[in-house]
Amino acid sequence: MEKKTGAQIIIESLLVERVEVAFGLPGGQALPIFDAIYGSKLNFILTRHEQAASHMADGYARSTGKPGVCIVTSGPGATNIVTGLGTAYMDSVPMVAITGQVATTVIGQDAFQEADTIGITRPVTKHNFLVKDVNDLAKTIKKAFYIATTGRPGPVLVDVPIDVQRSSCEFVYPQKIEMRSYKLNYEGHSVQIKKAAEIINNSERPVFYIGAGVIVSNAEKEIVEISEKANIPVVNTLLAVGAYPVDSELNLGMLGMHGTAYANKAVQIADVIIAVGARFDDRCTGKVCDFAINAKIIHIDIDPTAISKILGADIPVVGDAKTVLKKMSVLVNKKERKDWVEKVYKWKLEYPLSYNKEDNKIHPQYVIEKVSELTKGEAIITTEVGQHQMWAAQYYKAKRSRCFLSSGGLGTMGFGYPAGIGAKFGNPDKEVIVIAGDGSFQMNMQEMAIAVLNDVNVKVIILNNQYFGNVRQWQEMFYNKRYSNSCLSKRKECPKWCSSPSRNKCPSAYVPDFVKWADSYGVLGIRVTSKKDIEPALIKMLETKGSVVLDILVEIEENVFPMVPAGAALDDMIVRLNG
Amino acid sequence: MRHTVSVLVENKSGVLARISTLFAARGFNIDSLSVSETESSGVSKMTIVVKGECSILEQVTKQLNKLVDVIKVNDFDNIECVERGLALVKINMTKSSRDEIIKLIGIFKAKIVDMSQDSIITEITGDEDKINAFIKMVIPYGIKETCRTGFAALSRSGHINKNR
Repeated sequence: MEKKTGAQIIIESLLVERVEVAFGLPGGQALPIFDAIYGSKLNFILTRHEQAASHMADGYARSTGKPGVCIVTSGPGATNIVTGLGTAYMDSVPMVAITGQVATTVIGQDAFQEADTIGITRPVTKHNFLVKDVNDLAKTIKKAFYIATTGRPGPVLVDVPIDVQRSSCEFVYPQKIEMRSYKLNYEGHSVQIKKAAEIINNSERPVFYIGAGVIVSNAEKEIVEISEKANIPVVNTLLAVGAYPVDSELNLGMLGMHGTAYANKAVQIADVIIAVGARFDDRCTGKVCDFAINAKIIHIDIDPTAISKILGADIPVVGDAKTVLKKMSVLVNKKERKDWVEKVYKWKLEYPLSYNKEDNKIHPQYVIEKVSELTKGEAIITTEVGQHQMWAAQYYKAKRSRCFLSSGGLGTMGFGYPAGIGAKFGNPDKEVIVIAGDGSFQMNMQEMAIAVLNDVNVKVIILNNQYFGNVRQWQEMFYNKRYSNSCLSKRKECPKWCSSPSRNKCPSAYVPDFVKWADSYGVLGIRVTSKKDIEPALIKMLETKGSVVLDILVEIEENVFPMVPAGAALDDMIVRLNG
Repeated sequence: MRHTVSVLVENKSGVLARISTLFAARGFNIDSLSVSETESSGVSKMTIVVKGECSILEQVTKQLNKLVDVIKVNDFDNIECVERGLALVKINMTKSSRDEIIKLIGIFKAKIVDMSQDSIITEITGDEDKINAFIKMVIPYGIKETCRTGFAALSRSGHINKNR
């Protein structure tokens, strides 16, 4: 059999894994890999920053369900993807990262561009490998894909020293991999499932609390089936936006810190919480000891460590959401629960999400509502992190799973734009719109080069309030309006400390000028400064074939409501400031 | 509370780092640790003694189970087990204290492994209580130096569950 080099084996392995696209950036210790890419069939996208490469792989993975791949060099290349790995790890996104490493003979000698990549990435990956022998390479890559995509998915890193990339062996890609130390339980314990169904059948006020696990296991249909049969209202986490039909009466939207009032009310009064593929994150539960105090907790999750980590589960069910729910569905009785359903429906009417629709100011919520309307919830939305992210989660009516992509667990600013580009590579026929803040967008906007050069049509809507809006909101509410270092247009001539920004008073020329900036990439940029121009601008944006940047100057001091302050119970929701 | 956790792992570089990171990330200090190869090739056993809250330890054992290189975790809180550790103790010795010390060593079934004019090295094996008791007894004579191993632990035959 013909021998192949380690570098060739890496690329061949990716092709066997049917990797459609890989993202990354070359460097000294990865040169053999990049040499093997030259002339190969691998579609490799050169990014402008390794962090963006990892987020693109992430966005590709979240939007398609297939593992995202990035390839970078040693040292700074590897450390630059740490944020991307952490983002994917917190949100259970399947990813395989391949990093170059200095030669095995010099590892540990502080060689040029050497970093202890395995040590650095250990806490932010599901698993990682250092390959010291070329004969182990193919098997290791197989393992990496297997671990990344099975069970609770996550990022896996394979660190390949340059001498391993250069040496050669016969290439045999294993069909199957057996690992005695990596066993998964997909089935769910039948006794536990029965107990759970009994508790649901005897309950008066059950609530489904669904997370990303539902999307990962494609269990959307099963949730609909059980919830409709047994009339169980459904609340979702940030990552599960779009997983439950948005028009259903039983859909109560997002729970938690910026969740809807009716979702939080329903959870607090529930007698059973059926958590599926969710992990009781503090942004969901509020004060944990006051969370749904009267409810029995049924927790279905493929990851045993997610269960009873934060809140003790009465009925833990370890297994794949779809498999477990299918079995459970047969055991759950049809039930009307008229009082309960009427009650939550009344709440929906009584406490809707709201903002001032009367005046002529540009409220960011209005922009999202318009985007939702014009795209009919069919577009893939990615968000950065901050106020705009919460408004997007609240007001964008996503029609289906995998079309609302956001960094939930790690809350990574700079995620949205590269993730949007990655999502577009996986879904060339879908509209991809990035909802960004002016702060977040600046963290990875250099990737516009990638969108332009590869003719990737991604729309960016900047809800520009000149602030790190979320920080400013917290400073307004909990730090007595001491706006410390949250203003992005503060100049030398500004007062040293400011707590009353306004568009009239503050220096008008701000940096960067996003329109000119877009223009420098040959991208259409449109600035919107009045409410009436929003809809035409959005229409123009959607009609344009290439990338577009909309710079919408929104109300500076708009706040995200409702809000449960950090550490408070979900009941202690602030619906709006000053009544 | 003191816990003994026994972990079967793949015998690979980096595994100990993964495991100690898990404990460290939750504020557990590892009191003692022993690692050795087992009768199965490629499999090592780590016996870890830590002090901490039961609920947090349960999380840690679950997390240990989740590690890709971990084959099996036994939490000896619920299982009757035998535990043995070894200590080498170098004790100050004078002509007048020699007999007493040798007598003590005899009572504890410890061994003398080295002896000089002014000191004696003993080797004692046993569970934590026995070793602690011995060390307490010889403190008055003056301890020059000690070195203790981590504990090795095995479940008793039949895995008697302490909770039942």
